[in-house]
Amino acid sequence: MPVDSFQYLPRLIATFYQMTEREPDHPIPWTPLPRPISECKFCLVTSGGIYHEDIDPPFDLDRERRQPTWGDPSYRALPINISQTEIGVSHLHLNTEDVLKDMNILLPIQRFQELVEAGKVGALAEHAYSFMGFQGYPPDTTEWQNTYAPEVAGKMKTEGVDCVFLTPA
Amino acid sequence: MPVLARSFEEAGFSTILVTPMPYWAEMVGTPRTLAIAFPFGHTLGRPGDEKLQHSVISEALDVLENADFPGTIAHSEETWLQNTQEAIKSWQPEESSPIIAELAPNFREMLRQRKRQQQSR
Repeated sequence: MPVDSFQYLPRLIATFYQMTEREPDHPIPWTPLPRPISECKFCLVTSGGIYHEDIDPPFDLDRERRQPTWGDPSYRALPINISQTEIGVSHLHLNTEDVLKDMNILLPIQRFQELVEAGKVGALAEHAYSFMGFQGYPPDTTEWQNTYAPEVAGKMKTEGVDCVFLTPA
Repeated sequence: MPVLARSFEEAGFSTILVTPMPYWAEMVGTPRTLAIAFPFGHTLGRPGDEKLQHSVISEALDVLENADFPGTIAHSEETWLQNTQEAIKSWQPEESSPIIAELAPNFREMLRQRKRQQQSR
């Protein structure tokens, strides 16, 4: 059965999405897989608002509270040896309880380390990246596209990444 | 997030997006997508359920490896244990987000108007 995108949305938020008109940009970009995934280096990216507590600042939720049509477009780089107790989550649109118990539901660092050990994927990049998914209403992703995604892509290139595994919240 | 998948693909990486919202992935035009019927904030499953997380990741890697055209969207067969109403309640924050709090009154009015229009047809 196809996944119903609106199954878990209260009617209000579903309407909110359906009112956001958007034309798909064509063509859709395509980078063929360069080699079997058992030889590829993966980078993990989430939009769950995860950050390295005590090291990095949380996402700017105070400004979002003052200005509800705005969402913080910045990102946080997370070392992949980060432990569960070191993460914080800033996201006003989600109950963050479960991800604070187990980051792997949004940022599967331990699961990918197991896949690397089992030889199923080649390697895991030294850093994962976290954004905060709410980009204002109407959504404005220009800073993501023009500034932050190119910056993160540059860092991924330096770490020799082949594949990016993305998990929105 | 589909926008980021496009940006990274354009930058020369092969991307795979796992999302409960294939609607949005299709609107934006994501290279490769695995759609999953899990509540928001639980894209790869339940906390502590390693088996389920591995199963979703493995499906996603299959899509990454086997998709042969841009815009591929595969749908996972995985189902969530909680019933839908409970899941809707538990993924949301206790307090409405600022934008929802601000827009809710207008939206409710709009929905009422729509209903009236439909009834008068």
